[in-house]
Amino acid sequence: MAALIPGILQILLVFAALALCYRPLGDYMARVFTTTSHWRVERAIYRLGGINPDAEQGWRSYLRSLLWFSLVSILLLYLIVRTQSVLPFAGGHTGLTPDQAWNTAVSFVTNTNWQSYSGEAALGVSAQAVGLAVQNFLSAAVGIAVAVALFRGLARTETSQLGNFWVDLVRGSVRILLPLSTVFAVVLLAGGVVQNLADPVTVHTLGGAVQHIPGGTVASQEAIKNLGTNGGGYFNANAAHPFENPSAWTNLLQVFLMLLIPVALTRTFGVMIGSKKHGYAILSAMGILYIASLAGVIASELVNASGALHAAGSALEGKELRFGVIGSDFFAVSTTMTSTGATDAAHSSFTPLGGGLLVLNMVLGEISPGGVGSGMYGMLMIAILSVFIAGLMVGRTPEYLGKKIGPSQMKLASLAILVMPATVLIGTAVAFSLPSVRASLSTSGPHGLTELLYAFVSAANNNGSAFAGLSANTPVLNVMLGLAMLLGRFLPIILVLALASTFAEQRRVPDTAGTLPTHRPLFIGVMAGVALLVSALTFLPALALGPIAEALG
Amino acid sequence: MSASSSLRSFGTALRTLLVLTVLLGILYPAAILLVGRAMPAAADGSLVLDHGKVVGSSLIGQDFTGDTWFHPRPSAGKYDALDSGASNLAPTSKDLAKQIEDLRAQVAKTENVSPDKVPADALTASASGLDPDISPEYARLQSARVAAARHLSEETVARLVREHTEEPLLGFIGVPTVNVLELNLALEHAAGSEAQ
Repeated sequence: MAALIPGILQILLVFAALALCYRPLGDYMARVFTTTSHWRVERAIYRLGGINPDAEQGWRSYLRSLLWFSLVSILLLYLIVRTQSVLPFAGGHTGLTPDQAWNTAVSFVTNTNWQSYSGEAALGVSAQAVGLAVQNFLSAAVGIAVAVALFRGLARTETSQLGNFWVDLVRGSVRILLPLSTVFAVVLLAGGVVQNLADPVTVHTLGGAVQHIPGGTVASQEAIKNLGTNGGGYFNANAAHPFENPSAWTNLLQVFLMLLIPVALTRTFGVMIGSKKHGYAILSAMGILYIASLAGVIASELVNASGALHAAGSALEGKELRFGVIGSDFFAVSTTMTSTGATDAAHSSFTPLGGGLLVLNMVLGEISPGGVGSGMYGMLMIAILSVFIAGLMVGRTPEYLGKKIGPSQMKLASLAILVMPATVLIGTAVAFSLPSVRASLSTSGPHGLTELLYAFVSAANNNGSAFAGLSANTPVLNVMLGLAMLLGRFLPIILVLALASTFAEQRRVPDTAGTLPTHRPLFIGVMAGVALLVSALTFLPALALGPIAEALG
Repeated sequence: MSASSSLRSFGTALRTLLVLTVLLGILYPAAILLVGRAMPAAADGSLVLDHGKVVGSSLIGQDFTGDTWFHPRPSAGKYDALDSGASNLAPTSKDLAKQIEDLRAQVAKTENVSPDKVPADALTASASGLDPDISPEYARLQSARVAAARHLSEETVARLVREHTEEPLLGFIGVPTVNVLELNLALEHAAGSEAQ
């Protein structure tokens, strides 16, 4: 328990840093997506790409560009990881098998970064930097673009135009992600994260053993991996690996990076819709869920009443000493709440309650604060559902930000919310019925179910963290989890863009005395409650058979 | 959508992706590589030299066995730096509970102390399997054995442990740790100097 106070101070330090960046970064991002002037490097990109950056797009055209771009991204990444042996700096690695290459390509393009391969054993520098890290930027930029298109839909009236996908993609990459990544890659590098093109160094240790110490372009990838809530580790141990995360302060910095853009986007939202109060309201609802989960995980890890961890005296199995238990918990909650999926500790060795909460974080739908962009539009779906439910209770036509929530809006929002649970539950059930998949589980019983459920939850929420234990590199699981990632990413995007368009076409309904205020504490509470209710109703049976049964067993 | 407009969309997507790949996949990591040349020690893996020879990385744990060395934490990957990872055993696992009990007895016997004195980091495998650190408690527990095996005074070894104990940054970021490789290297040098 002596660790509690330093642990809380670490958490407060990160929160303070986020608070400092909230306004400047949020306002900056709002300017990035509203200004009409182009940077010179952007003009060059538009010219080479054959893009007219001053033409706006309706939702179908915006979506078409997004889907084509993602499709081409999957194809190129598939090619790169399949044929990496012919690329320079391949380090003697051979191409991935077709099913694993499919899984990996989809995984990185959907911002999931589920890794069915083991970083240092499977991929060379070229595939990591030119393939995976590029998608770390671009999948994040796509997520931001969709959120911004929805903001525009809510802010605009009587138009069908939502902006230009290519401009949003390029500006998100060039003006937001690239400068921030560059700064923080250098900071991480100074903290000991490696960045070199060397082959593994062969070392004869003092104890007389031989060790091969790997290199790689880790610092450049680590920065964007966290900043873009991607989470794909350069090494198998991900952010637990000392070369990815050398010290307690780099650990805190990485937590900060994961939370930075999802948190600041609520400000961008407030600025773009002309009501900063609504940005704070969304952030507060996210914050309530986040802090409740963080408190729960830390409490269950410190108490660690259960078997093996009690025998050890502390919940240190699967944790790095330098981060400490609370530093590891802070990272674990942030990575599952932001759809990052990087891990600095083994989630499968968390206490049953702590590990169960990590699953719960993801089944909330990655909205508190969620992935870059995707968390924002996910939470706005919850806001719309909350307006609808609250409207039913008081008997008024639901409105959000002066836009009517009619039957078509409700259908689109509800479908967007239901895609993930449907994908997870159907996917897990189908997979569990296959004998070959059951053979991939490390253990039978509730823990085995948790492993499989976690995999589908992680894939469909585009989180990508693994509850390990599951041998996920089988053709069946590679293909099925790839499909879950695709559905979990692109179906909500389609629905959100359609919804944005129905908002943009409306005029604004003036506020009246009867309008339900959607920025007050009461409504914030309703949003958090609705988010919990939706996931509880959809996932309680599955969780009861998995982590809950295990915790009680 | 017509075939020609599909082809145009495909072309735009492909060209834009290629241009962005050059910027984000080549120029960006290359720029960070260049910065890395300004701080080669960090960029190259914080390698530890002894008499001009690389003996490891201060960030990557190594296995040390035998009475003359401080031992690191258990490792799921046996400190193979090309195979990082955790045991991934669940806390409810009977295997893990048994493993921890066995280790507790074994460490207690090695260090000749009572089993309840063995700290948790001596009994649990890390997440990376490459944890370079142990707790100061575990280091102090091993001091008597190491001192005896090396014919050093216990004060000398205790002083080395103190010198190599890293306190949390600003008093609260992290937990106190002892880097096993650096401690063992200092031990090796101390043995040399005391013998003279």
